[in-house]
Amino acid sequence: MTTDTATLPRRRRVDFKDFGILGGLLAIVVYLSLSTTTFLTSQNIVNLLDQAVVIGLLAVGATLCIVSGVFDLSSSATLAVSAIAGVFLTTQFGVVVGFILALAVGAILGTITGTMIVITRVNSFIGSLAISIIYRGVAIVLTGGAILSVTSDQLDAFRVWALPVLDGVSGGTILFAVTAVVLGLVLWGTTFGRRVYAVGGNEEAARLSGVRTPLIHISVFAINGVCAAAAGMVLASRAGSAQPSLGIGMELTAIAAVVIGGTSILGGAGAVWRTVVGVIILTVIGNGFNLLRWDTTYQQVVTGVLILVAVAADSWLSRRSRRSRG
Amino acid sequence: MGKPTTLASTPVLALDGVGKSYNGISVLRGISFEIAPGEIHGLLGENGAGKSTLLKILGGAITADAGAVLFDGVPTRLSSPRDSIAHGVSLISQELALVPQRTVLENVFLGGWANAAGFATPAADRRRFDELCAEVGFDLDPHALVASLPLGKAQQVEILKALARGSRVLCLDEPTAALAEAETEQLLEVLRTLAARGTTIVIVSHFLEEVLGIADRITVLRDGAQIATEDASAHTSDSLVRLMVGREVAALSRTPAPLPDSAPVVLKAEGLTNDRILDVSLEVRRGEILGLAGLVGSGRSETLRALFGADRISAGRVSVSGVPVRRATIRRMIDRGLALVPESRKDEGLVLRRTTAENIALPSLGGRQIGGIVRQGAEASAVDRVVAMVDVRGSVRHVPVGALSGGNQQKALFGKWLVTPPEVFLIDEPTRGVDIGAKVNIHNLILDLAAAGTAVIVVSSELEEVMALSHRILVLRAGRVVAEFPSPADREDIMSAAFL
Repeated sequence: MTTDTATLPRRRRVDFKDFGILGGLLAIVVYLSLSTTTFLTSQNIVNLLDQAVVIGLLAVGATLCIVSGVFDLSSSATLAVSAIAGVFLTTQFGVVVGFILALAVGAILGTITGTMIVITRVNSFIGSLAISIIYRGVAIVLTGGAILSVTSDQLDAFRVWALPVLDGVSGGTILFAVTAVVLGLVLWGTTFGRRVYAVGGNEEAARLSGVRTPLIHISVFAINGVCAAAAGMVLASRAGSAQPSLGIGMELTAIAAVVIGGTSILGGAGAVWRTVVGVIILTVIGNGFNLLRWDTTYQQVVTGVLILVAVAADSWLSRRSRRSRG
Repeated sequence: MGKPTTLASTPVLALDGVGKSYNGISVLRGISFEIAPGEIHGLLGENGAGKSTLLKILGGAITADAGAVLFDGVPTRLSSPRDSIAHGVSLISQELALVPQRTVLENVFLGGWANAAGFATPAADRRRFDELCAEVGFDLDPHALVASLPLGKAQQVEILKALARGSRVLCLDEPTAALAEAETEQLLEVLRTLAARGTTIVIVSHFLEEVLGIADRITVLRDGAQIATEDASAHTSDSLVRLMVGREVAALSRTPAPLPDSAPVVLKAEGLTNDRILDVSLEVRRGEILGLAGLVGSGRSETLRALFGADRISAGRVSVSGVPVRRATIRRMIDRGLALVPESRKDEGLVLRRTTAENIALPSLGGRQIGGIVRQGAEASAVDRVVAMVDVRGSVRHVPVGALSGGNQQKALFGKWLVTPPEVFLIDEPTRGVDIGAKVNIHNLILDLAAAGTAVIVVSSELEEVMALSHRILVLRAGRVVAEFPSPADREDIMSAAFL
């Protein structure tokens, strides 16, 4: 039974959620600016942004997955395999072609992950966990467990993602910014993005509206694969090499950043800009602990609490809105 | 109204003026009858007559807001399933409350296992289990997993569970709906045995012959009111149908526009078959409204889903405007001009977290894009046009559609398919859970669409709705089309076809 009462929008609540996360970031920034002399220096900001790049790329890809209602725990393994392939292909075909082919490898791995999950219909969390173990195995097989390096004459060009290119800002930072803007626009303004939200919000309703839901899921895994490969190439670029244990565990930090930003783990709601804010919060907290010379052990405690608060707020808000529906 | 027959013994359970309303809409009122120990009491009525509500009140799942429930003559407040269990009432729903991955023995004593200081003592449970089985004549393997049992046996586990916690009153909601004939016979035999040893049974069933064969007395509900409580032996199926129907058909303000003889067939289905429907054939013409009537579970919704390509069919074919559709998928059907308003707007219809505008735009997204980018202006005007047509009230762009009222949600659900009006509109439960104002709007909308040439198939549990909207009515029973009536049809004839 329903009535026509209680339908008035509660804009303030929604706005609180929107601004809550930005306000949180602002508060941390203001506090660090006042309590340290080093935080608000251009060098620190440039470093900070560079530190956000790898998790940022993974988190932006994870945002599309989570909004569409799936988790991809294979992204850091995809990162490692793509980076290894990228380094090898760079030695064969040069820096530019190597980078592009690395992204292609990421896309293929993501497509495989997505296809397996769609076909077997296993829960994406467990399915992608299993696939991540396979990919890590593949990474070890490919390298024989060793570190793979680019040739010394390629090193300067290869390190473009690690070095300052524009007013001290690193190539990686620009790569992240471009990726975030592009995927943000994809999610916000394309028919594909609309379908991603619909599938994540109610898969059956989307299917009955003519959305090919398996295709949407495979696509977000593929996009996440490309993001993971880009993150892998940034890591490889910093070291001039790649190895099988690259990026282990980073997929979880990425998911944490998505959640802190306020994207719903239930699917169907969220945005790329939120994830960018979440990534920056995580990075600034790490940076703050260093600058204030606090014991970095507590950084983990703070991060954990932050994730809990974000998830609790999400489930509280979605319960509230369900109740107001009557 | 009802004339309660007097009982020889003290009633174990008595209802005195029990009523329930939601938001001021009464769904049950003035229910008064008594049930003797060991009596089998049949509860009958159409879809929505209030049978399930009454059972849920007895089971403590919902609380009555008028009248009293008396156990052994003592007024009792039932405010949770726990209360009901404490008074010896067990409600057995169609969805069994068992843990399929655990054994029969564990399920029978679910939550109340014999134990010593917290450690389970299964031997004690086993003794009690054997006693209970012997008493009621069940042959159950205590170590079998419930998941491995056929439904009939699983029901026996549920019954044993009720007896194990000392239930004196068993309430069964459509216990035979999903059972095969042999299993049904077995269950009815079990119920007779239980009644003979003093357990009181309240049974809701759509199968009238079945109820007449087992019940001592019956109560008929209609629109939430008690119509009769009488001895079952005084009745036949026909007399029960008359009691259940017996209402003046409320006249709708409008009737469907007359259908010209020349109207071409738009949708034709031949021999549609899958695991829920059998050999369903139908056709609907341009501008025609075809009603599908039948009981819950008769295959009405499944027929619509099969037509729409949402459920696979194992045999049969669908043609749209004379052209057969090969390997029907939802996309292909939408491209051919079909649209489906599904039964549950919450589970199948709307993405509740997204806005009304996004929901309305979803099925037609592909038509308003350049290189995959949404043309926001075209979308806004399409949405505005549809919102005006279906009259959604409330913020369309800033609030999730889930925050709107049921009536507005339902209008948004219709709106999804009206950006370009469909050739064939399949509508499952057009007005479930909406207020009367929205209901009239939606009825008028359906009549207008048909008058403009859309072929409509409408399914509703409310027979009035089907009768008022349709040019022609098909009745389904157990997955088959069993009768066809031109409109205006006789209510009693339709009910007879659906029930018997």
